[in-house]
Amino acid sequence: MTFNDVFMLVPSSTGLSGAIWFVVLTIIFYMARNHAHKGILSFSESIHNAFRLSARSVKLLRDILIIRNRDVLLAQGREATERIIEREFERIDATVRKDLSEYPALHRHLNEEVTVIDESFKDSTDVPPTPPAWVKAVEAVAKIPAAKGDPTVGNILEDIHQSLVKSSTRALEEYRKASSKRHQILQKMMPHWRNVLKALTQVDKSVNSLLARSVTIDRLMHDYEDILKGTEKSQRMLSSSSMTQFFIAGFVLAIAVGGAFINFNLIARPMSEMVGGADMILGFKTSSIAALVIILVEISLGLFLMESLRITRLFPVIGALDDKMRIKMVWITFVFLFALASVEAGLAYMREILMEDDSATSAALRGDGALLAVESSALWITTAAQMGLGFILPFALTFVAIPLESFIHSMRTVLGTATVAFLRSLEWVLRVLGNLVRSFGKIFVHVYDFLIFLPLGIEKLLNKEGGKKSTASASSNIGGVL
Amino acid sequence: MKIGHKPYLIFLVVAAFFLQSCSDGPQVPNTRGVYMLMDTSGTYTKELKQAQRVINYVLSQLDSGDSFAVARVDTGSFSEKDIVAKVTFQDQPSKANQQKRVFRQKIDKFVKTVKGSAYTDITGGILQGIEFLNEAGTGHNTILIFSDLKEELRKGYKRNIPLSLNQYSVVALNVTKLRSDNIDPKEYLDRLASWRLKVESGGGEWRVINDMARLEKILQRK
Repeated sequence: MTFNDVFMLVPSSTGLSGAIWFVVLTIIFYMARNHAHKGILSFSESIHNAFRLSARSVKLLRDILIIRNRDVLLAQGREATERIIEREFERIDATVRKDLSEYPALHRHLNEEVTVIDESFKDSTDVPPTPPAWVKAVEAVAKIPAAKGDPTVGNILEDIHQSLVKSSTRALEEYRKASSKRHQILQKMMPHWRNVLKALTQVDKSVNSLLARSVTIDRLMHDYEDILKGTEKSQRMLSSSSMTQFFIAGFVLAIAVGGAFINFNLIARPMSEMVGGADMILGFKTSSIAALVIILVEISLGLFLMESLRITRLFPVIGALDDKMRIKMVWITFVFLFALASVEAGLAYMREILMEDDSATSAALRGDGALLAVESSALWITTAAQMGLGFILPFALTFVAIPLESFIHSMRTVLGTATVAFLRSLEWVLRVLGNLVRSFGKIFVHVYDFLIFLPLGIEKLLNKEGGKKSTASASSNIGGVL
Repeated sequence: MKIGHKPYLIFLVVAAFFLQSCSDGPQVPNTRGVYMLMDTSGTYTKELKQAQRVINYVLSQLDSGDSFAVARVDTGSFSEKDIVAKVTFQDQPSKANQQKRVFRQKIDKFVKTVKGSAYTDITGGILQGIEFLNEAGTGHNTILIFSDLKEELRKGYKRNIPLSLNQYSVVALNVTKLRSDNIDPKEYLDRLASWRLKVESGGGEWRVINDMARLEKILQRK
């Protein structure tokens, strides 16, 4: 039975059949109106509630994630600041150790200098020789007025005067000599003064350095306190720092991947001589996998080396080793790395030979072997460059550990932030969908009523008539009473 | 979940992965096998310089693990004696290069000393090629026919047997037009059509490359 068979109640007239169906359906819809309204509204409400509950769950999850992100961020910030403060204290310790170890020598040096200066000073304060005692007597005699016309007295006085002048001149000369000697002593004091000044300047520099470091530590401690308190400012600062670190580290890692790719190309071809060029593992050439493994081993060794040197802290086990073992590990990883770098240099050399062999074969097959002899004159440059790259790249890849650590640490924060943003969007979408479903429920109710507008209109008219009649009868009753 | 269960779970995941990979069907080796038939009958011997070019090109394209053989088409080509040179390239690319050079020398020597044959048994050559490539066990097989495709069998030779060329690619190279083809081109077209039918009914893929400047299409597969 087709739809047409059911629809065509009056076989000859489509319009009449349609009208009958319209009337029948309108009556059915009108009769089922209340239940249909309730059904539509309940259905839309239940879906709205489901979406609302989902949005609520997502919000709770987002809140948990925000707290977790905050904790991770603060923990990382705390750890990083602790490390920096620790380093600053280590530097202060080194400075203090260095200066304090020199302090006894400095003290002795200053003492010696001061003693020398003291002695020189004492030497320089020696009084000039006093004039002879009889000078006063002579002066007294000289003051006696000369007797008139007594040449003897005059002569005596003249003699006294001369001897007095002579004695004075001698005393003055001696005084000058003594002064000159004092000046010489004072002049000799100058280098000692300079030495003292130099020593004190050195002390001043060390003290200033310590003061500067103490200011840095003060600032770091302030940041550390902020992180411990979990202030908004510290969170903003750490979050921004994480984002920056993530992108910078990602950029450096991309460069490192480029380096690793070059390294791979250097050794993949000669590896096919060692492990065969036809074998495949999971759709990849075994030689390519072997080359990749060598590069990954080099990167791993680089990570261990950096870890042993305490430049990175990706493996707490290595960081917790005692210094003796750690230094042993540094040497072991370095030796392995050096050996692998040497192997790579050898493989790079081998690659050049193999490439030449390939070129020779291709040229022979093409029939242009003469060209090869011309081209091969400057090949040693590329050979040397390849060997150099083969040796240097493993060591260069060692430093991947530093951006890798930053990338991993910052990725936790960045992923957390991205997930929070995603959950926020999801929550918004769920809320919007829930509200849309509820609104659609109301719209459907109106659409339903629109479909049965005719019986509804009749109902409305009848209600109005009934209302008028009842109002009229009520008013007549009131009039009768009155 | 107990921690002790983790290794078993990992094992199950790995086992499932391998079972999945096994269930995809038999693994086809990634190696290539090429068998080239060189028509040495009548005037076609003049075209052998072109054949040398094709051989050199194929040699330059093949790698370690691949197999290559060149055979002449003469009166009775279903014979190992007609194989001029054959090789399966060693794993080490440098050794493979040496093998290529030796192979080339053999072909050069053959081209210099070749004598034309009276009959042309192409079907026998194809049968020999199928046998060789099946024995080589290569994954992707190609039979190159360097000929005008005009088969002339000696009396008594039976070659109306179906070819089993499933997963094979048969490429006709340098199919020169004969004088009779010029008079009636239908002959040429019929000849090509009959070979196409023969190859495709055996499950193979048929191609014709007459432009020797487009050698890169030889080893391409559809």
